[in-house]
Amino acid sequence: MVNIERHQCDVVVIGAGGAGLRAAIEARLAGKRTAIISKSLFGKAHTVMAEGGAAAAMGNVNANDNWMVHFRDTMRGGKFLNNYRMAELHAKEAPARIWELETYGALFDRTRDGRISQRNFGGHEYPRLAHVGDRTGLELIRTLQQKIVSLQQEDKAAHGDYEARIRVFSEVTITELLLADGRIAGALAYYRDSGEFVLFEAPAIVLATGGVGKSYKVTSNSWEYTGDGHALALRAGSTLINMEFLQFHPTGMVWPPSVKGILVTESVRGDGGVLTNSQGKRFMFDYVPDVFRKQYAETEAEADRWYADPDHNRRPPELLPRDEVARAINAEVKAGRGTKAGGVYLDVSSRLPAEVIRKKLPSMYHQFRELADVDITKQPMEVGPTCHYVMGGVEVDPDTAAARTPGLFAAGEVSGGMHGSNRLGGNSLSDLLVFGKRAGEYAASYVDGLEHSRPRPAATDVDAAVEAALAPLSRGEGGENPYTLHQELQQVMGDLVGIIRRRSELEEALVRLAELEERVNKVGATGGRRYNPGWHLALDLRNMLIVSECTAMAALAREESRGGHTREDFPAMDPDWRKVVLVCSVEDLHGDVQLNPQPLPPMPAELVELFDRGELAKYMTDEELG
Amino acid sequence: MDSKRHFRVWRGDGSGGQLEDFQVEVNEGEVVLDVIHRMQATQAPDLACRWNCKAGKCGSCSVEINGMPRLACMTRMSTFDDGETVTVTPLRTFPVIRDLVTDVSFNYQKAREMPAFAPPPDLAPGEYRMQQIDVDRSQEFRKCIECFLCQNTCHVVRDHEENKRAFAGPRVFIRAAELDMHPLDARTDRKEMAQAEQGLGYCNITKCCTEVCPEHIKITDNAIIPMKERVVDRRFDPLVFLGRKIFRRDEVEGAEVSTTPTVHVTESTAAHVPAGVTWHAAPPAPVVSRVGDDGRIGVTEFTLDRSGAASPFGDDVQFPLPVEQLRYQRPSPSGLDS
Repeated sequence: MVNIERHQCDVVVIGAGGAGLRAAIEARLAGKRTAIISKSLFGKAHTVMAEGGAAAAMGNVNANDNWMVHFRDTMRGGKFLNNYRMAELHAKEAPARIWELETYGALFDRTRDGRISQRNFGGHEYPRLAHVGDRTGLELIRTLQQKIVSLQQEDKAAHGDYEARIRVFSEVTITELLLADGRIAGALAYYRDSGEFVLFEAPAIVLATGGVGKSYKVTSNSWEYTGDGHALALRAGSTLINMEFLQFHPTGMVWPPSVKGILVTESVRGDGGVLTNSQGKRFMFDYVPDVFRKQYAETEAEADRWYADPDHNRRPPELLPRDEVARAINAEVKAGRGTKAGGVYLDVSSRLPAEVIRKKLPSMYHQFRELADVDITKQPMEVGPTCHYVMGGVEVDPDTAAARTPGLFAAGEVSGGMHGSNRLGGNSLSDLLVFGKRAGEYAASYVDGLEHSRPRPAATDVDAAVEAALAPLSRGEGGENPYTLHQELQQVMGDLVGIIRRRSELEEALVRLAELEERVNKVGATGGRRYNPGWHLALDLRNMLIVSECTAMAALAREESRGGHTREDFPAMDPDWRKVVLVCSVEDLHGDVQLNPQPLPPMPAELVELFDRGELAKYMTDEELG
Repeated sequence: MDSKRHFRVWRGDGSGGQLEDFQVEVNEGEVVLDVIHRMQATQAPDLACRWNCKAGKCGSCSVEINGMPRLACMTRMSTFDDGETVTVTPLRTFPVIRDLVTDVSFNYQKAREMPAFAPPPDLAPGEYRMQQIDVDRSQEFRKCIECFLCQNTCHVVRDHEENKRAFAGPRVFIRAAELDMHPLDARTDRKEMAQAEQGLGYCNITKCCTEVCPEHIKITDNAIIPMKERVVDRRFDPLVFLGRKIFRRDEVEGAEVSTTPTVHVTESTAAHVPAGVTWHAAPPAPVVSRVGDDGRIGVTEFTLDRSGAASPFGDDVQFPLPVEQLRYQRPSPSGLDS
């Protein structure tokens, strides 16, 4: 390891999305030398795609809102599989995190009295989402990015160097975490542009790498979402939980192919859009589950009256929770009543006048006009379910965001537990602020606790990691084509571990994944090390594969349907399964994935009291209610 | 319409490169980025190209398509004629790393020099009150996705490497305007700073930046021109002028504001100049203009120490130039740009 560039830091944050930047800010405020590692350019992270807003019970629009209501909504949304402590902290701390952003320069939309405006969203009892039009994620990332710049300016004034205490490494990918005596000692990375390796020596690492969507064919996620953090944590001896739960957004664009997967916001349905199949039938009326029967309209006439008079009519079934709508669309397409591109129609053109559509849904109007050449005021959209969010992730301590490996922390989508089996819209932006801050804070105090006994990575480990990273290049053309392997992986996951799962398919998926693993071990990349996307993909494949394996194994084990996990052979929710969390781990760097059940921590009495007993009875066993 | 189409893609790195021809399958409804991905998957696995969201929201896939700065994910194939060759080249203003990927660190450097939002000292978090109409103005500029197409297209820096030192570019100007219009930003000298330190004066409002902006931000009309106008207000308003004559500097409104053009002068780079004609010598650094006691450049011959207008080469440049300061660029054989 003679010729490797090295950096000594206190805290390394992997990922430059909302959670990563928030963690880095906190670590730097605690006086730690902090490095931010970003796979793409600074400020391009997937957080920019978040449209709806950040949920925080500030009570600006409806004064009845408070953390207890938010907590309740979050638990309901997650079908009570959430880690109660995370949901509690999230609900309590979200408002402070949002207000803090204003001191960094964020400009949210306002109420009449000048406070932060809040909007309604599926699953939230009161208007709760702080927003900026439909580009809240962009506002968040830009605000945090600019806060980091402002901290760098302070450091420049104090130390004469912008990068004295916080440095952003953009277009750098981490390939392996390095341990010493079972504790975090550093990480090996490569610069994407030069292909040169770089070693970070740091006792604390915060994972904030986002999700796993790139393992699926139809996804709203960008190329960066290859489950890096999940895989790094596993290989470093930490554990993943809830990996069977993936959120499929019901309405992603399916046509044209260039935009496949990109989200069509829920507001389209909220403002009057209806779903029809290729026979022109408004099919959602056939898919209202019994538990929701009372709240949803039974006739088109009643549903249509709801938009103008929601107090005296029941909601249209198009507004069922995300998982229900996704399943319905999936079922229609599988029954051969879908469009040629494999979706259904979502139509507002026949429902609202053109000028109203343009005014109420400006970004959707532009998105379709500019990306798809479709005028949504004149023709229907083609939509279908798209892989959107992974609820599962690194198992962390709810208060400190610490994973099982000492020195390893995780926040944002890469962490698990907070959202249970299904995430409410708007809860991810607030999640990443709340737990990003906590991860940064506790990573800093972990470093303080080490004093002078910092673990150092062993030279042999570094050499081994370098060798593993270079292996695809040394195989060159003789190896498997990474693009082909990626497509096959997406095919397996999309077809066999998709929205609706069944035992036989999941078993087949595990066989196919094992075959793919053999081939991924032989993947080759041509060309040199400088900005070589083939090589980059070859390295990412290993991560995608191990995470896919976790998802398939957990999905096979969980014999019930709950939130983001639907088993055709076990269609009901099972109160006994609610008490169980499935934990994935690997023994060593090359070991197989192990799956173990673990009890879910029970809610303390004061939180149980927030719920109606009748409601809890739907989720809990009699003995728990006791 | 599924057919093979002719693409020409620039491939190479900092040391040089050339356009390579590709015949690629193109399906209905695809955009240029899809086709580039297909080239990667089928013909050139190591073809370098930046991208992220593929929905025009992250601003990563900026390239020049048939010479026009564009987002590859937002350029539909249906906008080209059937037989048309599509030429994709990297952004011209920034150094090439490899193929279509350029080093855009210039933009991050300029952003870092832009003083950050200054929170109002008397308000705690949660106490901020603003009206929608007031945040609207800044929100237009906060739509920016940082694709840097405006920076790339701006002729002040596009073919003038030497201006990069003194000119921050349209992206940074809208940031300055956004903070200037922010209802609660505690700093009051944003526009003066844009003028004095960021080179706002270099912009001569050709509006090319507005034309290429994928977010349709009115960069010139809503940010640059208003800032220019207000800078002029302050600097050349006769009442302000009189005020400056009558009052001491610390009594003048906004006195903390320095209107002295700040220095883009660096320490002499000509410490060691090789003999003979230097082919790639660093351009001479701009020099500070001579300013009066009021911190401004004299505009009349009465107050100047010489007759006639100031020299466009700088008043301190003597002709003929010493030989070691001559710069000479060899014309390329074709007579066109090299």
